[in-house]
Amino acid sequence: MSTEARAVHFPAADWEGGTHPYRVGHRKLGMWLFIVSDSLTFSALLIGYAYLRASNVWPTPFPFYPSIVFASVMTFCLLSSSLTMVFGVSASSRGDKAAARKWILATMVFGAAFIVLHLIEWNHLMHDGLGPFRLPEHWVQVFTTTDGQLPSPLFGATFFTITGLHMFHVATGLIYLGVIAARVKKLNHEDVEISGLYWHFVDLVWMFVFPLIYIMSVDIGGHLTK
Amino acid sequence: MSTHEHVEEHFAGTNKLFISVWIWLVVLTAIEVFLAYKPMSIFLMLTILLGLSIIKAALIVAYFMHLRFERLSLVLTIVPMLVVCICLLFAFFPDSFRSLGLRYQFKESPPPPPVEQEH
Repeated sequence: MSTEARAVHFPAADWEGGTHPYRVGHRKLGMWLFIVSDSLTFSALLIGYAYLRASNVWPTPFPFYPSIVFASVMTFCLLSSSLTMVFGVSASSRGDKAAARKWILATMVFGAAFIVLHLIEWNHLMHDGLGPFRLPEHWVQVFTTTDGQLPSPLFGATFFTITGLHMFHVATGLIYLGVIAARVKKLNHEDVEISGLYWHFVDLVWMFVFPLIYIMSVDIGGHLTK
Repeated sequence: MSTHEHVEEHFAGTNKLFISVWIWLVVLTAIEVFLAYKPMSIFLMLTILLGLSIIKAALIVAYFMHLRFERLSLVLTIVPMLVVCICLLFAFFPDSFRSLGLRYQFKESPPPPPVEQEH
């Protein structure tokens, strides 16, 4: 009794053991720490991309259709999946496990739609001739500068690495959510909330990948379609 | 509800709040796509896009990831060190701009672009 009273009056007592100093369980704290480390992974990749882009002649090849339309619809899918996930976590906190399962399944549908659209978009680009270290021939002709400097073939490397790692996270998230949805009745609320944290993080990363990779590489003048 | 022990299980925030956050996120995304087709300098575009992305990230972290309703000590443990570590990576950029300046400048007419790309 007396220790509880101390915990209320003296926050320093939080750190003496026997309490949760952050008022979250150790698993949730672990997921937060994982998210921090994974954010640094993606930050490093995006800054590596920015480094290469600033030190090279960089092609800006994405047409409105298919690339930007697909990427925008994919963004919409991920944002909507975050909304359904937060509804699922909210239902779980009320103890409504059946509703939580339905919302998590809806989240998985949006996530799967994201992956399918992304693979179609990749397929468009690979069909054009884009590879990890190779630009399509007509891109090279269009984006060579007037003083003869060639566009960097590393465009494909950065594009496929960053979007590929993100897609891997989405695919992992689908498996994770599948397990949570299947076992939701046996799990407690915190487990569902932790899976929600992971899924929102995947959405969060895309909020940086989409503008930096897609919007910054729009073919504004329509050079490739002329 | 009887399982309440040390860890609070209450999940704050109403569905109305989450829907309004989602609408904001969609609107900000639409603004980004619209801006993509406005001619402007790349630095201005980058600044605006990154600003919008940070706002979107903050909305997701604060409401969807629920950080706004967590203890301040958790926020202070997670966020500042992440921001500092990411900013430390900016140390590479001066080198990046330097290597762009090191490119060979053609004095005469440049060679034609290659017709065939090597594999």
